[in-house]
Amino acid sequence: MQPDKAGKKVFADAKSALAGLTRDGMTVMSGGFGLCGIPENLILALRDSGARDLTVISNNAGVDGFGLGLLLATRQIRKMVSSYVGENREFERQYLAKELVLEFNPQGTLAERIRAGGAGIYGFYTRTGAGTVVAEGKEQREVNGEIFVLETGLTADLSIVKAWKGDTEGNLVYRKTARNFNPMMATAGHVTVAEVEELVEPGVLDPDQIHTPGIFVQRIIQGAHYEKRIEQRTVRKRA
Amino acid sequence: MPWTREDLAKRAARELRDGYYVNLGIGIPTLVANYIPVGMDVVLQSENGMLGMGPFPYEGEEDADLINAGKQTITELATSSFFSSSDSFGMIRGGHIHLSVLGALEVAENGDLANWMVPGKMVKGMGGAMDLVAGVRRVVVVMEHNSKDGAAKFKPRCELPLTGANCVDMLITDLAVFERPDRKSKFRLLELAPGVTAEQVRAKTGAAFDG
Repeated sequence: MQPDKAGKKVFADAKSALAGLTRDGMTVMSGGFGLCGIPENLILALRDSGARDLTVISNNAGVDGFGLGLLLATRQIRKMVSSYVGENREFERQYLAKELVLEFNPQGTLAERIRAGGAGIYGFYTRTGAGTVVAEGKEQREVNGEIFVLETGLTADLSIVKAWKGDTEGNLVYRKTARNFNPMMATAGHVTVAEVEELVEPGVLDPDQIHTPGIFVQRIIQGAHYEKRIEQRTVRKRA
Repeated sequence: MPWTREDLAKRAARELRDGYYVNLGIGIPTLVANYIPVGMDVVLQSENGMLGMGPFPYEGEEDADLINAGKQTITELATSSFFSSSDSFGMIRGGHIHLSVLGALEVAENGDLANWMVPGKMVKGMGGAMDLVAGVRRVVVVMEHNSKDGAAKFKPRCELPLTGANCVDMLITDLAVFERPDRKSKFRLLELAPGVTAEQVRAKTGAAFDG
């Protein structure tokens, strides 16, 4: 897309940030691990855009009624590329009814395919999946007696990511394990839209501590009403 | 008397060594964290992007941004670090993790492992299991010796789709422990649960093994 001028990356809300970017049949990367670090506002806006037949690349598929589960409920997703989808009954129903195509990738292979896609690397050879169904139909190479499988880089028409803090230049900082797939996906989108819990002015974030440099982010919003749902609340008793 | 889940976790914990970086799978493997010997320095990796996993938080201190690979709320330690999924699997694939403890549906006598799908059932996905068994230096499997219908799970060949080929170094079941010195060797019967005989184990095992 046309490069945005510095300082012109900030949009008022998720809906305006996705304006002109969505269309039927497009490929979307969506950050997060489980419900941790998902772009809550942008997923809602993608749903409301009405774009259909989406291919969604995301480690997981949300849960019923939250996260990417919202796009499954409206049947906007045609294909998922994921490593684990165990937490979603509507997903299971659509998959078993053959309404949904599913491509499983080992989690590390998925992460590296996205990293490679964003870094302009066509593919890489990995031991992961050698001798399993994951290797079927893929080029393989034996090196020093070990089998390596060719996996190709992934890019998307649109990446939606979530960070903790970001500035008007698009520099992003993630928090704890909410980082997960977000940094690689930010690099692999033809257009990347980021939502942050706290949008700050230039100079507030320490340049030494930036996780995603602003070059990878074309649009940014201050997110609203974060639910940050917890899937498995586990606690210990006070002694 | 067969070993209990806790016994299996305790036995797997004996494979830990001072200074190890370790990844524990979901289920019984997670319990291994409860049996790290006092004074031993072991760092737990969580493949969603954390080194130095702490215990579960106190009630009211849960943080939605701080979870393990099982999506459970956890805590950080003074030594913890956070990183992306690609850095995390770089550690795993690159052989920087010393030990992984995983569950299994089947293990074959040649070290093949099946633990991610049963054809005809809803497949949830392999998550990080294929990367772990392909990259971690030493793979320890913990499982019930037999399925609920009594069928052997340690078999001549896996019938279920593989997670990894020739990747298991040690197998701990409720009846026995099997180990092999390297991935060209056969498994050897190393230990028996109290009151369990080698003959009983042999009768309940499909796989060939030494000892």
